[in-house]
Amino acid sequence: MIRFILIQNRAGKTRLAKWYMQFDDDEKQKLIEEVHAVVTVRDAKHTNFVEFRNFKIIYRRYAGLYFCICVDVNDNNLAYLEAIHNFVEVLNEYFHNVCELDLVFNFYKVYTVVDEMFLAGEIRETSQTKARGQPSSPSLSRP
Amino acid sequence: MVTMEVLRTCSDGQIKRRRPGAVAHICIPSTLGVSCDCTTALYKEAEIKRINKELANIRSKFKGDKALDGYSKKKYVCKLLFIFLLGHDIDFGHMEAVNLLSSNKYTEKQIGYLFISVLVNSNSELIRLINNAIKNDLASRNPTFMCLALHCIANVGSREMGEAFAADIPRILVAGDSMDSVKQSAALCLLRLYKASPDLVPMGEWTARVVHLLNDQHMGVVTAAVSLITCLCKKNPDDFKTCISLAVSRLSRIVSSASTDLQDYTYYFVPAPWLSVKLLRLLQSYPPPEDAAVKGRLVECLETVLNKAQEPPKSKKVQHSNAKNAILFETISLIIHYDSEPNLLVRACNQLGQFLQHRETNLRYLALESMCTLASSEFSHEAVKTHIDTVINALKTERDVSVRQRAADLLYAMCDRSNAKQIVSEMLRYLETADYAIREEIVLKVAILAEKYAVDYSWYVDTILNLIRIAGDYVSEEVWYRVLQIVTNRDDVQGYAAKTVFEALQAPACHENMVKVGGYILGEFGNLIAGDPRSSPPVQFSLLHSKFHLCSVATRALLLSTYIKFINLFPETKATIQGVLRAGSQLRNADVELQQRAVEYLTLSSVASTDVLATVLEEMPPFPERESSILAKLKRKKGPGAASALDDGRRDPSSNDINGGVEPTPSTVSTPSPSADLLGLRAAPPPAAPPASAGAGNLLVDVFDGPAAQPSLGPTPEEAFLRFVCKNNGVLFENQLLQIGVKSEFRQNLGRMYLFYGNKTSVQFQNFSPTVVHPGDLQTHILSAPPALRSQVDGGAQVQQVLNIECLRDFLTPPLLSVRFRYGGAPQALTLKLPVTINKFFQPTEMAAQDFFQRWKQLSLPQQEAQKIFKANHPMDAEVTKAKLLGFGSALLDNVDPNPENFVGAGIIQTKALQVGCLLRLEPNAQAQMYRLTLRTSKEPVSRHLCELLAQQF
Repeated sequence: MIRFILIQNRAGKTRLAKWYMQFDDDEKQKLIEEVHAVVTVRDAKHTNFVEFRNFKIIYRRYAGLYFCICVDVNDNNLAYLEAIHNFVEVLNEYFHNVCELDLVFNFYKVYTVVDEMFLAGEIRETSQTKARGQPSSPSLSRP
Repeated sequence: MVTMEVLRTCSDGQIKRRRPGAVAHICIPSTLGVSCDCTTALYKEAEIKRINKELANIRSKFKGDKALDGYSKKKYVCKLLFIFLLGHDIDFGHMEAVNLLSSNKYTEKQIGYLFISVLVNSNSELIRLINNAIKNDLASRNPTFMCLALHCIANVGSREMGEAFAADIPRILVAGDSMDSVKQSAALCLLRLYKASPDLVPMGEWTARVVHLLNDQHMGVVTAAVSLITCLCKKNPDDFKTCISLAVSRLSRIVSSASTDLQDYTYYFVPAPWLSVKLLRLLQSYPPPEDAAVKGRLVECLETVLNKAQEPPKSKKVQHSNAKNAILFETISLIIHYDSEPNLLVRACNQLGQFLQHRETNLRYLALESMCTLASSEFSHEAVKTHIDTVINALKTERDVSVRQRAADLLYAMCDRSNAKQIVSEMLRYLETADYAIREEIVLKVAILAEKYAVDYSWYVDTILNLIRIAGDYVSEEVWYRVLQIVTNRDDVQGYAAKTVFEALQAPACHENMVKVGGYILGEFGNLIAGDPRSSPPVQFSLLHSKFHLCSVATRALLLSTYIKFINLFPETKATIQGVLRAGSQLRNADVELQQRAVEYLTLSSVASTDVLATVLEEMPPFPERESSILAKLKRKKGPGAASALDDGRRDPSSNDINGGVEPTPSTVSTPSPSADLLGLRAAPPPAAPPASAGAGNLLVDVFDGPAAQPSLGPTPEEAFLRFVCKNNGVLFENQLLQIGVKSEFRQNLGRMYLFYGNKTSVQFQNFSPTVVHPGDLQTHILSAPPALRSQVDGGAQVQQVLNIECLRDFLTPPLLSVRFRYGGAPQALTLKLPVTINKFFQPTEMAAQDFFQRWKQLSLPQQEAQKIFKANHPMDAEVTKAKLLGFGSALLDNVDPNPENFVGAGIIQTKALQVGCLLRLEPNAQAQMYRLTLRTSKEPVSRHLCELLAQQF
């Protein structure tokens, strides 16, 4: 089961945080900092998996952004690694060449896409067209 | 296709974080009307100022006379949300957000729900309004709105929401007219509520229909439903058993489909990889299918996956191979889980072997990890061993420390007698350059392997001394204690050990742990090498003493003991050592312990005669054998799950003797027992002892033809025995002649029991001989019996006997104590059950509610559970019950059972051979004056036995 999803940039700024477990605010901040510290020191030759407390982090770096999913230790590493990529492809289509600013300005759309693809800590939808198409209702324009 | 370059980085304004919060430091987008006009200098103030202005603006809009239209309301709520995500507290706007929920516009509703999900608090007023809005949306029949509402419930997952909607969601999930996307959301929403509060989600007729969602046309629905079923079936395996065949046929259809059949659900030419993984995972909740046809079909699937791994890739992209291998690894997990198909196990192993040399680090890592579990299967152990060179190479050359760590794990798992020397020497070599993070673990592993597979104990001693030399800082106490124990217990290695430590100590710089080991061993066995002039007593002493001043207090204290032992071993060193002890630096040492030792040893050496010295400073007796303390440490380090994988007892029957070949040697016990009977206990019970089965296992008070036959006083012996189930001290037996008291203590699988025999008469008992018989598997050593037990107990006197007890494996019948003596010429005999019951070896375990339920579900086979419903024999007092349960040995867990009246406990029964996890639940019913007791353990007889024992306590 997914415990949380984090998108951070290289400087450690959080672009998305989605929690599937109860944490209080201080704990969340601690986790964010720890994940950043653990992930950024690794180079491209390293695996995409890191042990993290009693869980593990599956992460992938896209340009300056780290997409991290924290899952249980016996979960399937490669499945979650590709789930990240699938998610990124959906965002990319959705925003037509997504960039970090898209995630900042359109945070509410990102949350919607996340909910389409992951719910209750599990993978909900893997079809890219369905994940993109769902919030199709009246154009998702800026408020 | 997205690749690295698609996501461009953006440089944004640096804003300092103030509140540790969700999303910090985001530059304020002008699109929201909050423009970021701050520059590097006055960020903080500027931002706060800007935000406060904006907040004031929004507040005035919300409070204004003019009613806001939906669009403006959404705009301002969204701004608030953004400000919150920046890390600022928001204390208003909740009401407006809740208002948005009832809007008919998707965008407005969505912002409302997002606000609730991110900023929810159990504000009573609002929760009712929110629940109301959700209720309306769930009833709206608009799938988009229903999904929004379901996602909100799943994201918040609070108990209040559970109470409000747990009943509706199963209905929505299985309703024929629900849209696919709604079903998907409902399934996972239900999963969340079930995990948060399982009591709110009762199983019902919907469960059968949920299983059939595995057949659904829509792959997304199946994807969501499998997760739900996997969770539910852990608790109710029987209710969901039909899911096996459905999952197999679904899997079979996916695996055999062409790469384009599944359209959207094909990912880089791999059909439905995530769904396949989930299905394979679901199957791991069950044993292999019983139905031959289903099983055949499944094996076919597994073979297809293995075959596909050999086919040339359909794409060069890493996504393709990752998706394919995700399925492959899950397939291998399932094969290992079944552990019954030798052919598949070996194929899996060969496949992993190929990955060991793959250029993708991820694959090498996963292959090592997966092979580690394969190594513990008897079918594939040999196949795994063929890869030893590759794994050793990985240990030496991998760049990623986590990969090296997996390689070390695998080497440990594949080690057996045939390759132990090679593996240990490679690990030792690796240790010299190993990362600090994993040194301690490697040290423990080396120490365990060296001990476990030592054929030749000089090799073992060499290995451990090497360990100390290479990584002295990481050699914990457990490791060097262990080497001392083994050397003490094995006289064939003592001379070698003395020689080796002596040589090791000659190094100019040696680790303090080496000094400790050297000090101890030379103090005990230095005499064995004293014949050689190069290691004559004075040389040994000056060598040790040259290290003395560089050592910590604890080591110095140990060395002082070595010195006094030297005085006994080598009288010629006495003068020198007394000189050292007498020195002001010792006698007036600031450390109390050192000072005391110096003073006492000095006095002892000058006052005591040689005989007394020889007795006091005699060689240490062998240590009682028990589970290796270092293995226990490794288990603690790795957590219980990992330990079982490491503790590969099942493949090598001879590895039960974790302590190597070190057999307990009772014949060399330094204080020999006075009676031959006491020593011969384990081999053959004295023939005179009554058969254990007599009297249906009840206590036997068998008084032979005695004119002085006396009934017992006080509680009947059976009652007395039962009383000891929950306590350790008290009177076990009393009649007019004799009183037997018991004091006992238990730790892990070891126990010590003091038996006090009191002669209540004024006449001496003759030929008094208490013996212990054990019909079960309880190993009892009687280590010491006081001289008074020789044969007479004077009138009014009390004698004491000490029993050391070790529990080898689980047992049902307690050992028997048979006491025979002559009183006034008449022979007396009685046999009592010794109060040693399996629950004495309980180790309480604390766990959170979630863990408890998870384990409870894991132990759901009918034979693992024992249940008893019985009438209360004593007043039902919660405090008394609590005390009894604690005395019984389990931990009491609060806040686990939703009903506070009930008691829930957990513990592990420690035996030498195995550990038995044990969960219990006691439900008192005060009205009916009844209890219901349920026990679940991993072993059937243990569940029943514990249940019976405990049921008699209330």
